[in-house]
Amino acid sequence: MKVQNNKAWWLVLPVFLLVAFSAIVPMMTVVNYSVQDIFDHSTRYFVGVDWYKQVLQDTRLHDSLLRQFIFSGCVLLIEIPLGIAIALCMPTKGRMASLVLIVMAIPLLIPWNVVGTIWQIFGRADIGLMGWTLNELGIAYNYASDTGDAWVTVLIMDVWHWTSLVALLCYSGLRAIPDVYYQAARIDRASAWAVFRHIQLPKLKSVLLIAVMLRFMDSFMIYTEPFVLTGGGPGNATTFLSQTLTQMAIGQFDLGPAAAFSLVYFLIILLVSWLFYTAMTHNDKTR
Amino acid sequence: MDWMAWTLPTALFFGAIATILAGMTVWELRSPCIERKGFLPISTTRGDRLFIGLLGSAYLHLLVVGTTDWSVWIASVLSLFWLFAVMRWG
Repeated sequence: MKVQNNKAWWLVLPVFLLVAFSAIVPMMTVVNYSVQDIFDHSTRYFVGVDWYKQVLQDTRLHDSLLRQFIFSGCVLLIEIPLGIAIALCMPTKGRMASLVLIVMAIPLLIPWNVVGTIWQIFGRADIGLMGWTLNELGIAYNYASDTGDAWVTVLIMDVWHWTSLVALLCYSGLRAIPDVYYQAARIDRASAWAVFRHIQLPKLKSVLLIAVMLRFMDSFMIYTEPFVLTGGGPGNATTFLSQTLTQMAIGQFDLGPAAAFSLVYFLIILLVSWLFYTAMTHNDKTR
Repeated sequence: MDWMAWTLPTALFFGAIATILAGMTVWELRSPCIERKGFLPISTTRGDRLFIGLLGSAYLHLLVVGTTDWSVWIASVLSLFWLFAVMRWG
């Protein structure tokens, strides 16, 4: 097949320039930094793959990586089913529908550092409503000193902040299902579960793909909320990858190792996102 | 461009990537590919196979650098074989 006209590709040029300026050029710079020992603007030495060897054998980074995978796994396991359940329960008509949409959107509008501050105060045993109530009920809760409490608080905070996104995406997906499917299901006397399993869930596949990818990438890069809430503690219990990386790059000014680790971090996100995408779109291709 | 802290090896690396992408574009225009299934568990286009080949090569380098004392050139040679195998039979 001979392609007659490719001029429309020029329309992609502005986006390409924007992406080059905001992503490709900075990433090239990070690659350049990752193979050098940089002291200042003019003093730098080529070190090959030494920084990669160092960061790949660094147990502190291994621990952060493990914590990060556990955190992202928990986030997806909680937020995706919960988001679907909320979307299924949301009203579809009338004033309540608009009101619920607004209420659901509120957590998404709050900046990350404010969310961290809200939960930091909310969880405090002396002045925070949740912390004080739990302690009054006889539950020894202290996110500043107990690892389990810190993890649960960080997870609940993320669920509170981001489940709305999954719910709103699923809600839009559910609203896009034509009524004829439901009519056919009523004729067949399909149960609510059968409607969900064979109509709603397959039709939600596209939005769920977006939701899973967004929540994975975002949770894997989480920084501000746990930093404000727990500061990475107690000990290093809630120190995730981006915090370790920031400490390395800005705290210790180890630009070379930090650049090397950034690229490893990027490759992990790229691989996992690609696996999610491939797994979720594979069935469509084989049909 | 001094602020980007370029080195000769990284310039060659990015030059190779840009050449591959340009080559793939020309190849696609001259002979559009058809999705097919090889030894990979999914059916892939030529671009998919290049992506898988490059991503696999990156991980192969990390594996060699992170877990062995081998020279990085061994990882590079293995990656070339892997890239060729994926593009040809993937």
